[in-house]
Amino acid sequence: MYPENFRYTKEHEWILVEGDTGTIGITDHAQEELGDIVYVDVPKVGARVERGKSLGSVESVKAVSDVYSPVGGEVTAVNETLADAPETLNRDPHGAGWLVKVRLSAPAEILELMTAADYRKYVEAEK
Amino acid sequence: MVDFGGWDMPVQYSGVIDEHRTVRNAVGIFDVSHMGEIEIRGPEAARLANFATTNDAGKLTIGQAHYSGLLYDHGGFVDDILVHKVADDHFFLCVNAANQEKDFERIRSINRFDAQVEFASERYAQIAIQGPKARATVQKLTTVDLAAIRYYWFADGAVCGVPARIAHTGYTGEDGFEIYVAPAEAERVWAEATLAGAEFGIKPCGLGARNTLRLESAMALYGHEIDASISPLEAGLGWIVKWDKGDFAGREALLRQREAGVKRQLAGFEMRGRGIAREGYEALIDGAPAGWVTSGSPSPTLNKNIGLCYLPVEHAQPGRAIQVTIRNQPVDAVTVETPFYKRAK
Repeated sequence: MYPENFRYTKEHEWILVEGDTGTIGITDHAQEELGDIVYVDVPKVGARVERGKSLGSVESVKAVSDVYSPVGGEVTAVNETLADAPETLNRDPHGAGWLVKVRLSAPAEILELMTAADYRKYVEAEK
Repeated sequence: MVDFGGWDMPVQYSGVIDEHRTVRNAVGIFDVSHMGEIEIRGPEAARLANFATTNDAGKLTIGQAHYSGLLYDHGGFVDDILVHKVADDHFFLCVNAANQEKDFERIRSINRFDAQVEFASERYAQIAIQGPKARATVQKLTTVDLAAIRYYWFADGAVCGVPARIAHTGYTGEDGFEIYVAPAEAERVWAEATLAGAEFGIKPCGLGARNTLRLESAMALYGHEIDASISPLEAGLGWIVKWDKGDFAGREALLRQREAGVKRQLAGFEMRGRGIAREGYEALIDGAPAGWVTSGSPSPTLNKNIGLCYLPVEHAQPGRAIQVTIRNQPVDAVTVETPFYKRAK
């Protein structure tokens, strides 16, 4: 369910780091809690994001939720397909539903995030 | 699950959009037992019911119900309610869960008649079965001829063999029934209704779909479109105010407001730009703050982002270009006729 090579936040984001770039999305648990996602708001390429600060929002039928950046850095790509198909976040949150790619300013920040095993326990405990 | 006035309520089961469409196309079942009930009885029950509420309870026939307002003396809403006439000396009110105590206190405080006011919420659970297949579903559970119950009428009879009040009412804009039973029987009625509706594709529905359904139908939700600071005239609910029926609580203030002219009015709108308006967002006219959004959501039936907002009365007519501030950005919208959705009769 939760890929072993991802790291996770308490706010239910995930990040996959490859080289100096991290791909960020929301977890399967997050999409399930939110329900039908109808709108995704992400920053533009070139924007700076800060660890723990809002990098955008996802909106379900019910409500708007902030997405918090797991790391600091600069946005190098955004998932353009979500503008017309936000439901991708529900269908494939850990794959095609990725939100942004970020060039990490401090790669060591990753080590402070949860592993898949930690996150599984965290979600279980929240239920 | 969310806490809703002390009730543990499901927001969604299979998903808001799926539940919403199930109600529009087939049939959905809602546990709305959190709704409150107040009974007015006695020789002057009709006089109290009529004095306490804005609609003309004196015109109700036994077995008939209507939507009405319970107002403060200053004309703002204590609550919006359904009034059912059970007998000449017995009126049954269905009220909002979060308002039930203050409703009860308000009605008692203005009771200068030979009538008793009973707080009856613990005696009733309520299950709403809504959608084009609602009647076919409920008919399998009762010998009461549902086709004979007109819209906004009700009948007392057995459902699943237990005493029930079967009201041809709803909060979805779809045909349907709201069934009141003793709390001890609710689980069984729910289970049997779910079985009875299986052939039509019945699904359990939560608060999320209840909200999107009522919004498409532009039905007010207390705490959003109406509250203690809003009068029925502002909320587009002038039709539940019956001026000629005699005195009622709040009448004087409403009269003054009518004479002075209403300043703000509820309007429906559709988003033209990208984004969803939400409760509390600012509404702009010509770029300047002019009102506020009371409810906003994607409309699963219309595939548009819709909402309701208060605007200065001179701007509240359909076809006015407005903007809504979404995440600090003005986004274009336009006022439209309500309801957004009307079922084919």
